[in-house]
Amino acid sequence: MKKMKKLGQQTVKFIDPPQVISSASIVGKKEEAGPLGEYFDEVISDGYNNQKTWEQAQIKMTEDVLNLVLEKVKLSKDQIDCLLAGDLLDQTIASNFVARKFPVSYLGLFGACSTMAQSLAVGGMMVSGGAANQVVSFTSSHYQATERQFRTPNEYGDKYPPYKQWTVTGTGAMILSNQQGGVQIPSATLGKIIDLGVKDPNDMGSAMAPAAADTIIQHLEDTGRDPSYYDLIVTGDLGEVGKSLLLELLLEKGCSIQDNYDDCGVMIYNSNQKAGAGGSGCGCSAVVTASYLLPQIMYGNFNKVLVLGTGALLSPLTFLQGETIPCIAHAVVLEKTGQLTPGIGRPSIRSKLANKVENLSGNEG
Amino acid sequence: MSQIDKTQEEYNKLVKKYQPSDSKVKNFFSAYLVGGLICLIGQIIIELLVGTGLELTDAASYTGLILILVGAVLTGFGVYDELAQFAGGGTIIPITGFANAIVAPAMEYRQEGYILGLGKQIYSVAGPVITYGILSAFLIGVIKLLLG
Repeated sequence: MKKMKKLGQQTVKFIDPPQVISSASIVGKKEEAGPLGEYFDEVISDGYNNQKTWEQAQIKMTEDVLNLVLEKVKLSKDQIDCLLAGDLLDQTIASNFVARKFPVSYLGLFGACSTMAQSLAVGGMMVSGGAANQVVSFTSSHYQATERQFRTPNEYGDKYPPYKQWTVTGTGAMILSNQQGGVQIPSATLGKIIDLGVKDPNDMGSAMAPAAADTIIQHLEDTGRDPSYYDLIVTGDLGEVGKSLLLELLLEKGCSIQDNYDDCGVMIYNSNQKAGAGGSGCGCSAVVTASYLLPQIMYGNFNKVLVLGTGALLSPLTFLQGETIPCIAHAVVLEKTGQLTPGIGRPSIRSKLANKVENLSGNEG
Repeated sequence: MSQIDKTQEEYNKLVKKYQPSDSKVKNFFSAYLVGGLICLIGQIIIELLVGTGLELTDAASYTGLILILVGAVLTGFGVYDELAQFAGGGTIIPITGFANAIVAPAMEYRQEGYILGLGKQIYSVAGPVITYGILSAFLIGVIKLLLG
């Protein structure tokens, strides 16, 4: 019996959708101070996270989030069949080094900031197809570690343009399972590389917007849906500039999503937090999805959400050699199952959302 | 609906439309203000040192050292890069900016050890300035020699 079906050009439909049974996130102080601060599970003390280097700080934070996501549903490491992860550091070390503490099959992925959606899509295929019963998808990014790899030393006084984005310090993990969960992934659209010639590594939002637009159009075409099918369409880290560009690119193609569209990079910081055009980095869409979107979906504030991870696949070397930035966007559909699982959402958020739902149904009654 | 089929030129125009830019006038004045202030502080230090009886050339050398120290300490406390977000060229051009360009990578690459980390990377920002500084000094020397 078929477990999956290809829809159109780039979309996979899961006939028996993989379930999200647990999700967790750990962020930095700046992210905690943002509008979604109360949703995140844990916060690290400072950039060093009690470690000697920023890279080790990122690794420790990622290890902690993996333990947390398992602990929430009382699973042990050996009940996981595969880990799927990637990050922005060279050779994706944050993910590889964490995985050495987990005696479990491991698939390292690189999709830059699209990694969360990428790992959910691949993990979904594994679970849905029967290759695994339970997988963990995770990713992370760290402001200082990323900044020094891709740009200049952190304390160096170069002036940033206002459209530059701020790399999120944060890590998110989700467990996909063949058991009943609170949110399910009925389909995913794998993106293709789009490069419209943006060269400026300070302007990732502009570089990635066409890739996001392409995947959204492709997804709607493959599934035969209208944008209004979704309560929310959310991109990973386009920031303010990329967000406006995406809306315009889609409008030109006759696709209007402005009523139900948002961007994790714009959602994660307040405008007075000096974060430029908004958040970016693998952690951006990971923490927003793991700790904000999933509980909202599970409690029915949104029923159907299209999440896009957006990645700029450049290296500091290619920029110096005058190359343009190839970009990609992967989309996954997140849908309410009607069941509540203990793994999704912090206890305080769960009770808040549950009360809200009760009140709403009370009013209707 | 169809695929995104913009040319690079068309998209570039669209990007320009949405990309916010700092006001050139504001940048000019904030750089002038902060850069000028750093020079003013330098001048005050020179005057004070001359007042204590130092020769002007010695006073100027000590002033350079003091400003380098100030730039280095402000970098260490994480203040200099914040100031630079406002001042731009105003904090890069003075000698304090050079101190910042040396201390910032030194702080950062200490994580990879003192020899192959700090020792190797300390000039990662200032390297081009040093290289082309030496080259231009050489060229000026040649011109001076030719002109007699």
